[in-house]
Amino acid sequence: MTDPASEPPRPPDARAPVPGRDAALDAHTYDRVLEPGSPKRLPLGDGTWHQVSRNYVWVRLIALGLTIAVVTVVFVVGTTLLANAWPWIIGGILLLAYAWAAAITPRQARAYAYQLRADDLVFRRGILWQRQVAVPYGRMQLVDITHGPLDRAFGIAQLKLVTAAASTGVTIPGLRQAAAEQLRDTLVEVAESRRTGL
Amino acid sequence: MPPPQVPGPGGMVPVPPGPGSFRSPLSDGEWHRMHPFTPLLRGGLVLVVIAGLIISNLRERIADLFISSTVPGAGVFEAPQSGDPIDFVLRHNLVLVALLIVAGGLIVLIGLFYLSWRFHTFRITGDDVEVRQGVLFRSQRRAPLDRVQGVNLTRPLVARLVGMAKLDVLGAGSDSNVKLEYLSTKTAEAVRADILRLASGRKLAEAVAAGRMPGVRPGRVAQATAVVTDAMTGMVLGAEYPVEPASVVEIPMLRLLLSHVLSQATVWLIVLVGLIAWGASQTTPILLVSVIPAVIGFGTYWVRTLAKKFRYSIAPTPDGVRITYGLFTTITEILPPGRVHAVEVSQPPLWRPAGWWAVRVNRLAGKASSSRESDQAADALPVGDRADAERVMRLLLPGLGDDAWALVFDRGVLRRPGSGPDAFTTTPGRAWILRPLSWRRNGFALTDDVLIMRRGLIWRSLVMVPLARLQSFGIEQGPVDRALGVAEIHAHTIAGRVSGRLGAIDRDAVVALFRAAAAGAVRAGAGDRSHRWADGLSDAE
Repeated sequence: MTDPASEPPRPPDARAPVPGRDAALDAHTYDRVLEPGSPKRLPLGDGTWHQVSRNYVWVRLIALGLTIAVVTVVFVVGTTLLANAWPWIIGGILLLAYAWAAAITPRQARAYAYQLRADDLVFRRGILWQRQVAVPYGRMQLVDITHGPLDRAFGIAQLKLVTAAASTGVTIPGLRQAAAEQLRDTLVEVAESRRTGL
Repeated sequence: MPPPQVPGPGGMVPVPPGPGSFRSPLSDGEWHRMHPFTPLLRGGLVLVVIAGLIISNLRERIADLFISSTVPGAGVFEAPQSGDPIDFVLRHNLVLVALLIVAGGLIVLIGLFYLSWRFHTFRITGDDVEVRQGVLFRSQRRAPLDRVQGVNLTRPLVARLVGMAKLDVLGAGSDSNVKLEYLSTKTAEAVRADILRLASGRKLAEAVAAGRMPGVRPGRVAQATAVVTDAMTGMVLGAEYPVEPASVVEIPMLRLLLSHVLSQATVWLIVLVGLIAWGASQTTPILLVSVIPAVIGFGTYWVRTLAKKFRYSIAPTPDGVRITYGLFTTITEILPPGRVHAVEVSQPPLWRPAGWWAVRVNRLAGKASSSRESDQAADALPVGDRADAERVMRLLLPGLGDDAWALVFDRGVLRRPGSGPDAFTTTPGRAWILRPLSWRRNGFALTDDVLIMRRGLIWRSLVMVPLARLQSFGIEQGPVDRALGVAEIHAHTIAGRVSGRLGAIDRDAVVALFRAAAAGAVRAGAGDRSHRWADGLSDAE
């Protein structure tokens, strides 16, 4: 990683265009952040937003589909064994909830976005329940990348930022693995130069 | 005080005082032992139980012996039972064997105590505090000094009577404490001062110049005498030692008791009992029985929390704010500057006529935030009038301008509606339904250093979050909020009893605050040196 404007006293700027980096972050992602329709929403503001991989929707849908299948089997077996229809009340509610989650997944995935600013990372998610968080680079305690078997099959990973506050809760799902590693390296580099106390 | 020694080729040799020694000879980077009483205090309960068993078994015999020797005619009251081990020993002439067994047991016990004492060592280097213990299962714990969040000095009742104390070095993670138990109170004070001084980044040579230079070590007999003398002094002075620095707040006993009676917990108990009584009058009187466990549970909670509020004092020291509390187990906690992540001043409704306030803080405690002990310690001021609360808050958040302090009481929690323009950005009138009572009070103000949030009309409270400690900043908006054109702000601080949430604020104000707070947090964080607060100090002097 090279900083084009290399003045030693200045900490590296995460916004500075690094050849190949933004291409790695933005490959196979959505190109527009989905927002609520109401004009009273939390606005996007300016700056470049990076989004998550299109494969994330498939991973979520497959995971939800498997859950629905398991729940259905459990309740079908339960109903037959008990010779009673009441488990279907619970089962129906559960299945409805999962079906709803699956239905909104494609929209949700397009609302995840993050922005690398000069001194902090801004993360946003949600359409009905919007949430936007700014994490100063100097506050990051560690950057965590996880990927499950399904994630690996689709080549995506989940990146989690940990600060001393548990409520920060910034987890960016569905990054392509190259993008996740690129982002981690960038974050670690900028965090190193801005290290502060707790 | 255990003398500083290192294992040498010919047994233990005293450490020669080096040129760069610290103020206390215990923090010279070598391994040191705990106080010799440590195994007694740590294994104390077992010994007390055994002694109790023996004494209760021998009670009749001792009484017998005493009576028969003083009253010659009394004789033996009853024939000795056959099952008594002492009679068995006497009858079979096994006195010598029995004595040998007892002596052997004692020697083994003392040997074990000695071993555990020998293997329980600590050292304080320039970079970290380390503790090694265990004979078979060795354990070693280390806390890096620049991550030390504070040092607590705890004196449980028994230990306090013999002048002992234990130190808890608080790290940043959960369960990252390093414990030094037990040291004589005087030593513990010195060690704590050293740890805090080292953590503050002050040069060690400066400490030597300020303190006494360690001279030639006294001989071993003199050292042993010193240990015994110290122990005796500790036993005599016990509870009174050490002398606390003058507290800036005195809580009169009456106020402490009354505030506890009028606390929120009492209100909830009355509500609960009232509900049950109403239910009983409507249905069946048997329901009244369910009051009993609630009252018992509440009673123990009530007494426990009250006991922790006694002996409260708070005072500034060069190492940070010193808070002491607890009737039975006295805990002394030092909060170094820059370790306070959020401060809340609040007033339950029943305290309002008296004008009392409580101050709470969020700070890293090095243990799970659910633990009761850490919860209690979050009370920086259990009760006090406005002047007390203001003094305590100024101690906890030094370096804030007077303009910020004006926002806390006069223009903050005490502001009456309709008295001129409000310095706080409050809930807009169109969203009054979200805060039906408090919408005129519910609001925030941002200065260069601190974010202030005011809440509540009946349960008045005000939260201060220093931007230099803000971990991250979030804004949220749900469908109801969106319809009303408002949003919620959430200042993310480390976990604690002070919440950084504030809902129902105008959307544009929230977006502007998001921009300002994020920039402010970055600026304050970059310019903040309070985690090594004395670094620049020694240069300036």
